Amino acid sequence: MSSTADIIRGVSEGSIRAVARALSMVENGTSNSSDILDELFGLRRGITLGITGPPGAGKSTLVNRMISHYRDEDRSVGVIAVDPSSPFTGGALLGDRIRMQSHASDPGVFIRSMGSRGHLGGLSGATRDASFVLSAAGYNPVIIETVGVGQAEVEVADLADITLLVLVPGLGDDVQSMKAGIMEIGDIIVLNKADNSGIDQLESYVKASLELMPSGLKRPEVIRVSATAGEGLDDLWAAVDRFAASHTEKERISRSAIKTLNEILKENGLLFSEKLLEMEYNGREEAEELILTGTMSPYAIGKNLLKAAEGMFEHNGSK
Amino acid sequence: MDRKIRVLIGKPGLDGHDRGAKYIARALRDAGMEVIYTGIRQTPEAIANAAIQEDVDFVGISLLSGAHNHLFPEVARILSEKGASDIILFGGGVIPEEDIPNLKKAGYAAIFTPGAPASEVVEFINLQMENRQ
Repeated sequence: MSSTADIIRGVSEGSIRAVARALSMVENGTSNSSDILDELFGLRRGITLGITGPPGAGKSTLVNRMISHYRDEDRSVGVIAVDPSSPFTGGALLGDRIRMQSHASDPGVFIRSMGSRGHLGGLSGATRDASFVLSAAGYNPVIIETVGVGQAEVEVADLADITLLVLVPGLGDDVQSMKAGIMEIGDIIVLNKADNSGIDQLESYVKASLELMPSGLKRPEVIRVSATAGEGLDDLWAAVDRFAASHTEKERISRSAIKTLNEILKENGLLFSEKLLEMEYNGREEAEELILTGTMSPYAIGKNLLKAAEGMFEHNGSK
Repeated sequence: MDRKIRVLIGKPGLDGHDRGAKYIARALRDAGMEVIYTGIRQTPEAIANAAIQEDVDFVGISLLSGAHNHLFPEVARILSEKGASDIILFGGGVIPEEDIPNLKKAGYAAIFTPGAPASEVVEFINLQMENRQ
């Protein structure tokens, strides 16, 4: 069961145990994880939905409703729920399942909780890879619920095909919602807790700040719901379907493939840089020492590393 | 990336008193573990499903209602039926001394009774992880 080939076969056949193991492997970055992802990558299908918003906006409750909706359509649903890890102990209390209890015994629903493990941006470093594993196993949609975001955690928009930004009345004034970044990531803006007072005010703030968006960008739809009471949800599902229909599956798959390449290039860049540090300075610690003693600036080290890399490539090219 | 110890804390049965479960969950988190808490009134099947999907190393069950002789072995049975008997089980709650041997026979590596400090659970988990390697 633990061989790489068994895991890959198990995932493609939808074995729950194999999917769970594969998720752990990509999350822990085990040595076979890139082999697993390489094989599973081509099996991705369906759609990825990102749910983001401030803490207490009702994201988990909305996800719970969303699971019911897609189960009624007889689709298997995968959920990745990310909660923060403590930067001090590395531990995490992952409690998003509590609000999804009604689906706990349903074999057509796969819920996985992930700690952010020191990654900023509202996700964990392995969320993208984990979403591919669920997608390859046949879960469609795969729903990604981020940690409660502040104003800079916009990463989910880069990963999901459709991003829902969930806002609620009373969590901040108009100035907060106009800050650059957070408003732009929502393909659909969900105003939750629509039964609370302050919802009209929230809606006019949101609409006013969308008016200020640069004219080239597509304006998101704004939908009022009450996830707890179950109101306005049909409008929301219709908006999601409309948005999904604006791109073909092929477009979505290729867009996510290119974004994945970008991520891999970044990760590889880090690995190469560390190898170069090893070659030129005996590793990171000695380079840090040079900086701390004022011998070299970080920029000088960066320049030397690039020069060393160029030297290597020229040497190889002239062979 | 490093491997984290993952623990699921589940509360089956009808009692809604989850102070103990939350206390242990927080202590394990503070010991650097990833703790998945399912909430109260879960069926044994729901707990077993969650444990498998979350690929945890440990499942801790808390129960105060007195139904442990039925519900604890039920979780163990479903896990092993689903091919997940490698997950280590422990339990806690109001459990009479004389019931403990049978629960251990049913697959529970440890039972913690009221008054047990959280550090004891942390030690138990760390020791089990060492033995496993």
